[in-house]
Amino acid sequence: MELAVKDIAEIQVGIADYKIAREPVKLITLGLGSCVGVSLYDPVTRLGGLLHVMLPDSTQFNNVNKPAKFADLGIPLIVKEMQSKGANISRLQAKLVGGAQMFSGLDDKMTLNIGYRNADKSRDVLKKMGIRILVEEVGGNRGRTMILDTRTGQVTIRTLGNKLQVI
Amino acid sequence: MNKYPELSASHMDALREISNIGMGNALTSLAQLVNRRINMNVPVATFMPFEETISLVGGPEELVSCVSVRMSGEVPGLVLFLFSSESTLKLVDMLMGLDLGTTRELDEIGQSAVMEVGNVLSGSFVSAIYSLTSLEMKSAVPLFAYDMLGAILTSLMVASGRVEEQVLVIETSLFQEQAEANISGHFFMLTEPGSITKLFNALGFQMT
Repeated sequence: MELAVKDIAEIQVGIADYKIAREPVKLITLGLGSCVGVSLYDPVTRLGGLLHVMLPDSTQFNNVNKPAKFADLGIPLIVKEMQSKGANISRLQAKLVGGAQMFSGLDDKMTLNIGYRNADKSRDVLKKMGIRILVEEVGGNRGRTMILDTRTGQVTIRTLGNKLQVI
Repeated sequence: MNKYPELSASHMDALREISNIGMGNALTSLAQLVNRRINMNVPVATFMPFEETISLVGGPEELVSCVSVRMSGEVPGLVLFLFSSESTLKLVDMLMGLDLGTTRELDEIGQSAVMEVGNVLSGSFVSAIYSLTSLEMKSAVPLFAYDMLGAILTSLMVASGRVEEQVLVIETSLFQEQAEANISGHFFMLTEPGSITKLFNALGFQMT
């Protein structure tokens, strides 16, 4: 079964980065912790995009060298590029994965709720752009790997020690 | 934009020496805890974006345990210890006085044992630097995670606010002489350019 899957090219999306691909390519981002993976899919053109967001809000920072790092800049950026490649914003379907709280312990000087804020901001930005969120798998305390299949728009989630989950 | 101090070869040597002494002290404590001799490689000191530290340890999906301790005072930063999952379980066996291979899953007791190791390691690291430099440093309570390496490190980077900058990474790995009892771990100290200047000044180096 695995062998058949191997034939399809997989493009890796790095931290604070995004990638866009057309059917049949798979987009994958590894090890989402408090980061949030935002997948976007246009079922008509079968164009998919995957963004790996680290932080919610770029306005908190003085120099922004990588817009894809932030939910508020990264989402409009990937949507714009998908539109230029033929995606229609009214057809885009979003899925959110990640936003976990990885660490247990108490340290009030550390911002441990960032996962929650990443998911919240991503939701907010998508809603304002009129993009529908089909499903989300966020929060908890586990690291997740997220794979978008541009043939179907299905997202597969891998966590350590658990079965694959398809959303 | 680049505001990192210019580091000469002798500065890098000094940093290595600091971490050698700090880690040497920490490992002595660990060796006493597990009642075994533990060795380490010569530490490497470099500046790099934090996300690149992932590839120094392994793949982003690799299962590791991580104890991280925030330092405050004159040298603010993060100290973190990473152990492979196999080494984590061995550490638990050694700490609990069990035969190697007994622990197969990390339960709550195991977690607190590994956290205690991190606590002891970071405490002795900090006190070694203090006695060398007289710089006041405090370590906070340790945070613990046992999951994908990439998820842990990026979350830590974001939580500590060290996202924009390159960080000073002092990295070393640990090992034991008996292969089956081998504990392999990575140690990182992450701090800011300003703290490095303070460290050097305290050691009698002139920094411009």
